[in-house]
Amino acid sequence: MTSQQPQAEWHRLHPLSPLVQAGRLVAGLLSIFAVTIAQNPHGGNRARLPELIVAAVLAVAGVIKWLVTRWRLDGTTLRIETGLLRRDSKQLPVTRIQAVDVVRPFLARMLGLAELRIRLASSSDRADGRLAYLTEQQAATVRAMLLAAHHGLDPATPEPGERPVSRLPTGRLVAASLLWGGSGLLALGAAVAVADSQAPHLVLGLVGTLGVYAFGLAGATWRRISSAFGFTVAVSPDGIRIRRGLLGTVAETVPVRRIQAVSMSQPLLWRPFGWCRLQVDVAGHAGHEEGGHSLKKDLLPVGSRAEAVYLAQLALGHQAPATTRPPPRARIKAPLSYHFLAAGHDDQMAVAVTGRLTKTTVWIRLEKLQSVRYVQGPVQRRLGLASVHGDAAGRHTHVVFRDRDAAEAADLLGRLPSLSREARTDRDATFPP
Amino acid sequence: MQVANGPDWTRPSIRLWRMRQAEVTAAGLIAALAAGILAGLAAGPGLGTGLAVAALVVAAVAAVFLRNRYRSWAYRERADDLLVSRGVLIRRVSVVPYGRMQFVEVTAGPVERWFRLATVQLHTAAAASDARIPGLERDEAARLRDRLATLGEAKAAGL
Repeated sequence: MTSQQPQAEWHRLHPLSPLVQAGRLVAGLLSIFAVTIAQNPHGGNRARLPELIVAAVLAVAGVIKWLVTRWRLDGTTLRIETGLLRRDSKQLPVTRIQAVDVVRPFLARMLGLAELRIRLASSSDRADGRLAYLTEQQAATVRAMLLAAHHGLDPATPEPGERPVSRLPTGRLVAASLLWGGSGLLALGAAVAVADSQAPHLVLGLVGTLGVYAFGLAGATWRRISSAFGFTVAVSPDGIRIRRGLLGTVAETVPVRRIQAVSMSQPLLWRPFGWCRLQVDVAGHAGHEEGGHSLKKDLLPVGSRAEAVYLAQLALGHQAPATTRPPPRARIKAPLSYHFLAAGHDDQMAVAVTGRLTKTTVWIRLEKLQSVRYVQGPVQRRLGLASVHGDAAGRHTHVVFRDRDAAEAADLLGRLPSLSREARTDRDATFPP
Repeated sequence: MQVANGPDWTRPSIRLWRMRQAEVTAAGLIAALAAGILAGLAAGPGLGTGLAVAALVVAAVAAVFLRNRYRSWAYRERADDLLVSRGVLIRRVSVVPYGRMQFVEVTAGPVERWFRLATVQLHTAAAASDARIPGLERDEAARLRDRLATLGEAKAAGL
């Protein structure tokens, strides 16, 4: 496989691909193997027959899949063909490429391989192309070629430059993740302590149950650390580039135009350090369920407020509007969250702050609003209050003007849809679809 | 908020109220009969009659509530968006721009078909958008569906 003239010919994926694909299964099978051998060291081959058959079938299936998969880049289209019985041929026009991500799971990284994920500007991720696996060198070359072809440049053009924006220090990540997981452990510990003083004979059973939770919590904390390790954000012409990962690494691009909403959360235990977490909702990925066409991605796993505000502005391309607080009588309706409640909007963007212990700020560009809802419960009606929700695509995020004055809320219900429409028309005029 | 009152607002068919009445009457009668017979056999006719009456009272209260709920439904087709208003205890008004609609769904369950009614539901890319209009007469449902589909296509906007 020469990387100089690869356009015309068909390529296979790397011969070790089946091994990496089956990596977890292989590890699982090996552990089952070890257990059976340990239990029955003189059992002969018969005892291991089922495992051997499963392993052989998996190996053959993997190799066949590798044999029948091939790809080709002929100038304007990337073709990926696979399938033995049911032929599956994917044609990815380079003009519609939105981003090319490089994913390297742990095993692939050990073998010097990488997966390319080619994401198209369509709303389903089934249309995405995957090349798993190529050598790292080849992945970089193909990526550069795809991006160059996408911009109508010579395939030999190197990848466009990036401007690094932020890098997450490991110490801060570990401290923040431990605080995040630690608060849960603390609660568990307190539960045990209370139980110990009240009913000592129950503690043994309780410890067993809580041990499982603690284990899960520790796992979640570890996953947070390993997935956000070395988190780097950079700006490139294609969007915001994110690199992260401890054992397996991911290099992905978030296309700025697909960002639906940006949310910033500040958990209670992080507040003394002034830390917060910034996430974006990106449309058109991993959405199989109805209405679920969006994915939450970290833009900043943990960082200072200034960094978060800077990145939020970068992702939204607009200064955040000023917020106002709901009327004081809202305290009766929302005694536990009134201290955070605030919201505001201008002709481009809406922002809302909510939360009891964790302060959550959500920004959304008005042209991304899918619908606007006015909701008034019985207590709110008594107090002359109402909430207005602005819904972003997907199931994760919406901006809530919570417990505003009823007249103001009615006004918002009338104003937000028309502002959204104007923002949309302006945007379409500047960026034709 | 004083909304859903005025000439621009359309209400669901009166047959929706008849359907709700039929549903609550049937449910109330079945509950009264079942409670009456079972309690009557097990504990004597006094308790049986009492329970049956109680079930009918519950049904009557539910009917009053459902009447208010039926009255709260209204929708309004504006130039650029659809407004749907509903709810008694919790008042809700949803605004869905035509350009944001992904698809329009018309459903009619067995009871609705019996009353020649249909439900029109708008779906956007947001899971939280809840623009559902029940109890439309079939012709109206078909008209609304076609109009929404046409407007949605004309004003479609990307994500």
